[in-house]
Amino acid sequence: MASIRIPTPLRAFTHGKDRVEVVGSTVGEALSNLVERHPDLRAHLFNDADLRSFVNIFLGDEDIRFLQGLDTEIASGDSLRIVPSIAGGLG
Amino acid sequence: MSRIYLSEAQKQRIFHQLEQAYPEEAAGFLLGHMVEGYIAGADVVIDEVVPVDNVSDAGKKRRHFVIKPQDWMRLEDQADASGLRLIGCYHSHPDAPATPSAFDREHSYPDFLYIIVAVKKGRATDMRSYELGREGSHKHITAVVSDEAWQEIMSWDHVQ
Repeated sequence: MASIRIPTPLRAFTHGKDRVEVVGSTVGEALSNLVERHPDLRAHLFNDADLRSFVNIFLGDEDIRFLQGLDTEIASGDSLRIVPSIAGGLG
Repeated sequence: MSRIYLSEAQKQRIFHQLEQAYPEEAAGFLLGHMVEGYIAGADVVIDEVVPVDNVSDAGKKRRHFVIKPQDWMRLEDQADASGLRLIGCYHSHPDAPATPSAFDREHSYPDFLYIIVAVKKGRATDMRSYELGREGSHKHITAVVSDEAWQEIMSWDHVQ
């Protein structure tokens, strides 16, 4: 099993948990397992099947966009982290 | 949350940073904790104001702010380790009202506090607080800037 760390604004959708254990051999499978167990998270993480552009997923210290994206392989014991892109302004 | 408490020094720290960055936008994070048993369980008090860099493209900084994911991770780790919450962020609107833009709402997260400060001709003139909804709604949060209230709440036990 791998784990996914949940950022503060999304912990309301994981019953307050800051870390969720998941199954899967890739980042995409792990995230799918996460949203199967916490369906209300889906809208905050995905646009259809794609990761939202305002959501970063880190494997250790690496942004998965600089690895193999959702196809990045993970092993039991790996730690994933959801990191919100905080941005805004006048636009 | 329905109300947030800040000290005068915290407000001045925010204003000073945002005025210094004018005419560009600037931003920072807010670490805090819930005020249990005071007014409503969802009220929060700000423990720390933490300025961070605006890493938006150089040509866009007058109308955009972007915070590095590494700053989020560093502050979230710090908050979790000290029993606090990364409770929200603040940013400036140079020469524009302190109201959420469509761009703000597009980038918003639920259950997260957004403080917006209008900076007019280099001077911070208005500060407002919101929770934002992507569908276009926003809820105004009352910001209480009071050293007396802030110090009293800070003397109580923290509830993360």
